[in-house]
Amino acid sequence: MAARLMQGNEACVEGALAAGCRFFAGYPITPSSEIAELLSRRLPQVGGSFIQMEDEIASIAAVIGASVGGVKAMTATSGPGFSLMQENIGYAAMAEIPCVIVNVQRTGPSTGLPTKPAQGDVMQARWGTHGDHPIIVLSPSSVMETFLLTVRAFNLSEKYRSPVILLMDEVVGHMRERVELPPPESLEITNRVAAHVPPEWYFPFEDPSTDVPPLAPFGEGYRYHITGLFHDRAGFPTERVDEIDAWIARAFGRIEQHRQDIISWEEDFPAGSRVLVVAYGATARSARHAVKLARAKRYRVGFLKLETIWPFPEEITERLARQCRRVIVPEMNLGQLALEVERVVGRQKVRRVNLANGEMITPQQILAAIEEK
Amino acid sequence: MRRYEENRMYRYLRRHKKFPNVWCPGCGIGIVMGALIRAIDRLGWEKDDIAMVSGIGCSGRMPVYMDFNTMHTTHGRALAFATGLKMVKPKMHVIAIMGDGDALAIGGNHFIHAARRNIGITAIVINNSIYGMTGGQYSPTTPTGSLATTAPYGNIDQPFPICELAIAAGATFVARGTVYHAVELDRLIEKALVHEGFSVVEAVSYCHTTFGRINKLGTAVDMLRWQKENSVTREAAAKMTPEQLQGKIVRGIFHERELPEYTAAYAKIIEQAMAAQRKA
Ligand SMILES: Cc1ncc(C[n+]2csc(CCOP(=O)(O)OP(=O)(O)O)c2C)c(N)n1
Ligand code: SF4
Repeated sequence: MAARLMQGNEACVEGALAAGCRFFAGYPITPSSEIAELLSRRLPQVGGSFIQMEDEIASIAAVIGASVGGVKAMTATSGPGFSLMQENIGYAAMAEIPCVIVNVQRTGPSTGLPTKPAQGDVMQARWGTHGDHPIIVLSPSSVMETFLLTVRAFNLSEKYRSPVILLMDEVVGHMRERVELPPPESLEITNRVAAHVPPEWYFPFEDPSTDVPPLAPFGEGYRYHITGLFHDRAGFPTERVDEIDAWIARAFGRIEQHRQDIISWEEDFPAGSRVLVVAYGATARSARHAVKLARAKRYRVGFLKLETIWPFPEEITERLARQCRRVIVPEMNLGQLALEVERVVGRQKVRRVNLANGEMITPQQILAAIEEK
Repeated sequence: MRRYEENRMYRYLRRHKKFPNVWCPGCGIGIVMGALIRAIDRLGWEKDDIAMVSGIGCSGRMPVYMDFNTMHTTHGRALAFATGLKMVKPKMHVIAIMGDGDALAIGGNHFIHAARRNIGITAIVINNSIYGMTGGQYSPTTPTGSLATTAPYGNIDQPFPICELAIAAGATFVARGTVYHAVELDRLIEKALVHEGFSVVEAVSYCHTTFGRINKLGTAVDMLRWQKENSVTREAAAKMTPEQLQGKIVRGIFHERELPEYTAAYAKIIEQAMAAQRKA
């Protein structure tokens, strides 16, 4: 495909369409609205459907409904809308319905700064809905990565029957970069596994051959029940402790046991690095530049850019951090993913660089932390 | 057992799996379920083609007993889930089952917007004038002056007239029946089901366990008898004075008109967009 100038939100749309997304429901909100606008035009061109719902609660509900109908579905929003979606994100986690939720983060709580970037929803993306639940969260740092991670969000969602959150930010969403999208045939696309047993043998929540049971679409002969209550293997409500324990073990297990597949990152870690910079999202851009500046000054610095942020990439963080005396975690928030880094590598080693006022963290601010004795 | 096998009703129930049910003995919700099954049976629809989506509440528990494609969602959101499903499966018969609080308090926004879109979903609102499942707090249909566990001094809120609200919001089929007039109710539901567009049936029920007890209205049978004595058909109501109609439940079809159904309208958009794309 020819190279072209593309906005992050547009790359998200291209990624979604390439991944096979054929349903979008949403409610306008800056800085994510371009995603809805573009999809309202593009989806019907490929036989898909778009609907603008009455609010974000309805949007995520419609997305789940569409996914139950067998169609890859997505919504996109920003902070206030993401807050409204939380209850139904939990429903998707409980009922194991694949769907993709894009949150183009803005600054602050409440209405905050609608047109400014932040990374303040990292913990909300993990724990925003009530109760213990498994979730997958990815965070892109460039336009190209937005395209690739949107495809990956759909793939992981379908493969693991889980809601996947794509945590963008205003900078990544609105920035334009020159990109050359890979040809569609070169992309690896995962579709959900079809039910492979006759309806009378089908259990939507248990399959002896896999920890991710196939999800049969409604209307195709497999009549079953879906609920947000704890349920047995057939989907019927249960209060039996053994059945609840079985759900917990399988629901968390399917993510935990496939960490290797789910977690992706990029490392630039020359042997002998003494300082590690861990970053994600738009901040990774400043961090990369800071690392370059520091190396020019002969600091031995390694760089770890996380693409998957939940489940937290413990293994790689630990492996690289072990070789360093200091780990720097810049984030456009008051310290969220840093808590995970601290948990894994110990508090003494970690140096946070935080900004939550709508400004980007500059390479110089990160460089200063690298240079600190 | 043989007699059970022969009963048409049982064909639609997950009877080996899901009974007994959670409802109090004598609850009217089961009567609505019976009416719905009779309506579907008369239409001869395939069970595979029917999706039943509900919210949370005693009413919301209905789908689990029914042998269709069933989804018990979150409180108030049944119509929003149903909208997504209907968009991608426009040929399916999508039925939403909701309580009065479910449909009109927490789900009120979804209710008026589903009506406004005229999307081909049949909404059955089981109106028992109270929050049954949570134990008798006042709902948006609790009559002014009634008692509820959260209105110990009497309810000062005005109740929503469900049918008028649905009509004003754009629903294209609107009817009301009572559980006492069960056979009439299944005729109303049948008409709602075949209607192309957003159809609403307010099924007036009762909750003897909460509303009935706190307001001293007697047993389930007493509350059924009250419905018999205090409801009139639309035709009879037309001949009555406003004073005579005071406190009466009017039954029948209140609104029926043809307007483009939402998914059919969207199918045209897909057709146009795809045709333009092919040309380009
Ligand atoms: C978001 C949310 N808020 C509150 C509840 C608690 N709750 C469960 S059912 C219900 C009300 C039920 O009343 P209604 O919808 O009228 O149905 P009924 O039980 O009377 O059939 C409430 C408030 C909930 N489940 N979810
Ligand atoms: S509490 Fe009321 S509405 Fe709920 S099952 Fe009992 S009688 Fe029916």
